Amino acid sequence: MAGNVPYKIPIGPIHPALKEPVHIELTVMGEEVIGADFTPGQTHRGIEWMGLSRNPVQIVHLTDRICGICGVTHSLSFARAVEQIAGITVPERGDYVRTIIAEFERIQSHLLWAGVAAHELGFDSLFYLAWRVREDAMDAIEFITGNRVNYDIIQIGGTRRDITIDQYAKIRTCLKTYKDLFSKLKKLFLEDAVIKSRCIGTGLLSFETAMAYSAVGPTSRASGVTADLRVDYPYCAYGDLDIKPVLPTAYGKDVNGDTYDRIVVRIFEIAQSIEIIETCLDNMPAGPVLWEEKVVKILAACKKASGEAVGRHEAPRGEAVHYVAMDNADAPIAWKVKASTYSNAHVWPIILKGAQLADIPIIVASIDPCMSCTDRVAITDNGSTKIFTKEQLSKMSYEKTRRMLQ
Amino acid sequence: MKLTNSLNRSLWVFHFNAGSCNGCDIEIVATLTPRYDPERFGVKLVGSPRHADVLLVTGPVTNQMADRLRRVYAQMPSPKVVMVVGTCGQSGGVFHTSYNLAGPIDQIIPVDVYVPGCAPRPEAIINGVVTAIAKLERLEGGK
Repeated sequence: MAGNVPYKIPIGPIHPALKEPVHIELTVMGEEVIGADFTPGQTHRGIEWMGLSRNPVQIVHLTDRICGICGVTHSLSFARAVEQIAGITVPERGDYVRTIIAEFERIQSHLLWAGVAAHELGFDSLFYLAWRVREDAMDAIEFITGNRVNYDIIQIGGTRRDITIDQYAKIRTCLKTYKDLFSKLKKLFLEDAVIKSRCIGTGLLSFETAMAYSAVGPTSRASGVTADLRVDYPYCAYGDLDIKPVLPTAYGKDVNGDTYDRIVVRIFEIAQSIEIIETCLDNMPAGPVLWEEKVVKILAACKKASGEAVGRHEAPRGEAVHYVAMDNADAPIAWKVKASTYSNAHVWPIILKGAQLADIPIIVASIDPCMSCTDRVAITDNGSTKIFTKEQLSKMSYEKTRRMLQ
Repeated sequence: MKLTNSLNRSLWVFHFNAGSCNGCDIEIVATLTPRYDPERFGVKLVGSPRHADVLLVTGPVTNQMADRLRRVYAQMPSPKVVMVVGTCGQSGGVFHTSYNLAGPIDQIIPVDVYVPGCAPRPEAIINGVVTAIAKLERLEGGK
């Protein structure tokens, strides 16, 4: 058998290296990857389509279940879009509670990712350590929202729950734990010889490619793109804060755009989130957290609204965008979700090219993919948005073949 | 539920994501990590269904995943136990009106243990595994 023939290696959708179903097809020459492609869509549940027959308050619960890790990302983006259309102003305190919970989500998501990355490198003790310390953030989240995942704290016009003054102490204790732990995390993830040797120089994404492929979040910041929605277009309480996008330079090194830089950015973003939560707790304004307590009144305001809006949020993985259009009805007439992985997954074929087979798991994981956020199909036809099922698409394909035969 | 005095072997688990939102999957991994640590009883995730005693399925089963779920189930050696984690695998949950669902899971493969919740807490998942052990021992006893 000729040794240098390019082979196609299918990975997934069910594979131990993948936490979620996605199909990746690699063309390999020996140990080297010369081409890569991916097929998402295995977790497509038709959430946008379901949303078109539900009212905004019901959709908020649905958005929570777009992704279990980004528990606040999608509900916040959706709520912000609806609030713009219906002209609802979120009370200041509601904005602060939203910011605090969004930053706690970033802490747990980055720790989760750091653990998975260590696991992909075969460094399981570090994986267990990262997940052990993540439980502190989960406890804080449960303490604030009542849930560990799928927080359900966002409501149109604010948040469902307030953070009471007697809760501050426990939250501050949690933040202090992380502060004390940070130097240890930094040492374990950034100074370890194994991680350095496996991650420096692998999965290179240049500044130009990151810009050309519109990468977002830590993936783009690791390549030197100074894009962070919280800084560029401040929303919620971010406008009151003094924050800067975290680049690999935070660790005093040059921007390289490799897997190691993505670890650096995420580790330092944990520190940034701790600071943000502390500042928010110190400056919490008094007042209500919700524009209107009665759900019926919220729904009435939404029903009267018409127009379109885009709601955005800097999720742990990058910018998430929700487009909503409403037209004096219970349900929105259009809803489109663009999750951060949708932007980031397109760099996979670039950063996988030239990699060794054994480096694939860590490179695939380095963009922190989240397929359940990403898998949705919508086709615009004559201005109306339709979503096609696989059967419909195959039917259309058969019909086209028949037309061509005639 | 009555457990025998000793476990006669370690219980190995294969995790299958059939279109879940990730919430249950994250809780499953959280269950396996040091705070709850079922690995001291030999419970661990394995990479191949051929090595597994328990098939842990999450998600409402999208059309694309239905056939893959059947194939993974067929690859597991008997006796085997199927455990469904999360509400959407049992009824569709919030996704019940979707056009792209082939599930719930018990319409695709036989299910032995249900762990409800969206997402269930790690304690609930551990309770499910304990129930699965009892069922597996019954199966092995030929009852």
